[in-house]
Amino acid sequence: MIKIKGLNKYFGSLHVLKDVDFAVDKSKVVVLIGASGSGKSTLLRCINFLELNDSGRVEIMGKNIDPKKDDLNKIRQDVGMVFQHFNLFPHKTVLENVIEAPIFVKKMPRQEAMETASYLLEKVGLSDKAGVYPCQLSGGQKQRVAIARALAMNPKIMLFDEPTSALDPELVGEVLLVMKELAGEGMTMVVVTHEMGFAKEVADRVFFMDDGRIVEEGPPCEIFNNPRHERTREFLAQVLN
Amino acid sequence: MTAIYEIFMENAAAFMQATTVTLKLTFVSLLLAMLIGLVFAFFKISGNRVLYGIAQLYITVIRGTPLIVQLMFLYFGIIKIVVLPAFWAGSLALAIHAGAYIAEIFRGAIQSIDRGQMEAARSLGMSYPLAMRRIILPQAFKRAIPPLGNQFIIGLKDSSLVAYLGVAEIYGTALYAQAENFQPFETYLVAGFYYLVLVIIFTFLVNKLELKLNVENGGDAK
Repeated sequence: MIKIKGLNKYFGSLHVLKDVDFAVDKSKVVVLIGASGSGKSTLLRCINFLELNDSGRVEIMGKNIDPKKDDLNKIRQDVGMVFQHFNLFPHKTVLENVIEAPIFVKKMPRQEAMETASYLLEKVGLSDKAGVYPCQLSGGQKQRVAIARALAMNPKIMLFDEPTSALDPELVGEVLLVMKELAGEGMTMVVVTHEMGFAKEVADRVFFMDDGRIVEEGPPCEIFNNPRHERTREFLAQVLN
Repeated sequence: MTAIYEIFMENAAAFMQATTVTLKLTFVSLLLAMLIGLVFAFFKISGNRVLYGIAQLYITVIRGTPLIVQLMFLYFGIIKIVVLPAFWAGSLALAIHAGAYIAEIFRGAIQSIDRGQMEAARSLGMSYPLAMRRIILPQAFKRAIPPLGNQFIIGLKDSSLVAYLGVAEIYGTALYAQAENFQPFETYLVAGFYYLVLVIIFTFLVNKLELKLNVENGGDAK
């Protein structure tokens, strides 16, 4: 579903992604781990072109994407994203947040968008919050709305950028639960997270990034129980204790 | 006191008429100024050097010269090209003046919206203009209301300068009346009273609007 080859990305003179090769198959859950500043989020943002790579290839659903020629708005419809800080639209109700893109991007009839939205809100356990504004929700609820909003476009891939990092500890579980369900339904997912429990339980593959490179990758049992690289060992020792 | 009262009563009809002219001037010019301001705000955030330069030049010149000079310059400039009633020439000049300030108000408001809002909108497949229209601008307008209200009050009072183009708005009416009654102190006091009442009413309306929007949207939480 996603194939990245030899990707480099610079912020000014800062070389943030160095020759990254990365691939995700259909219906797989991939978790990116690593210290802050290692390039995980930037790599994730290159997948839906919120950041444009300086060199290398990005292939989405079998199509090599040229940001200059291809319609990125079209591609982004198939690649949902969930942000650390939710980024719900504060001037719109929960329901309006969810139906906004289907109506204005997909030109879906309002009635149909509303039906999809109520189904999705029920799925994330927030049917009773449809009419309220985001400021009246807890962090966990906001993030679940954000997931419903992304799912409303019926994406083929979902990207999660530290979805639980801004949450109070007691609210993390409800968001991870929704993500687990989604994974169980066969959604292709790329997750940047510090939740190692989630990575162990749900991920098909784990990628460890350090200083703009993918240092190590493998199934979670291998990465967590038997890391080959010194840097991976150090990192895991720090986050797991 | 009686002199003031007499002036007030004597000129009540003229000043009421003048008040409608002042209001028309204010609304026409500020409506136009909002359009101009929005366009130049977009020029400034476009990332295009030429457009940015044009906006910067416009704002620098307008903010760097007195309104009365602009008014005269534009009036005599405009009537060289087209025959325009003083009211419309004045409105246009006021609009060009206020537009520079409103451009900066809009630019600031748009840029104050969290970057994540645009990213979230784009990640859903929205184009830049659609995301601007549906997500960024509604929030930015809300934030722009207090400074816009301020600019409106300034615009209302600035409209008095159009008297020098021969428009019989409030100040123009006072100018004319005091030349006839030889009581400038009382006459200008009455004129000031009209402006004050208009500004108080206007401030009240802006505060109400602000309150209403805050209640509806419950603040700016992410």
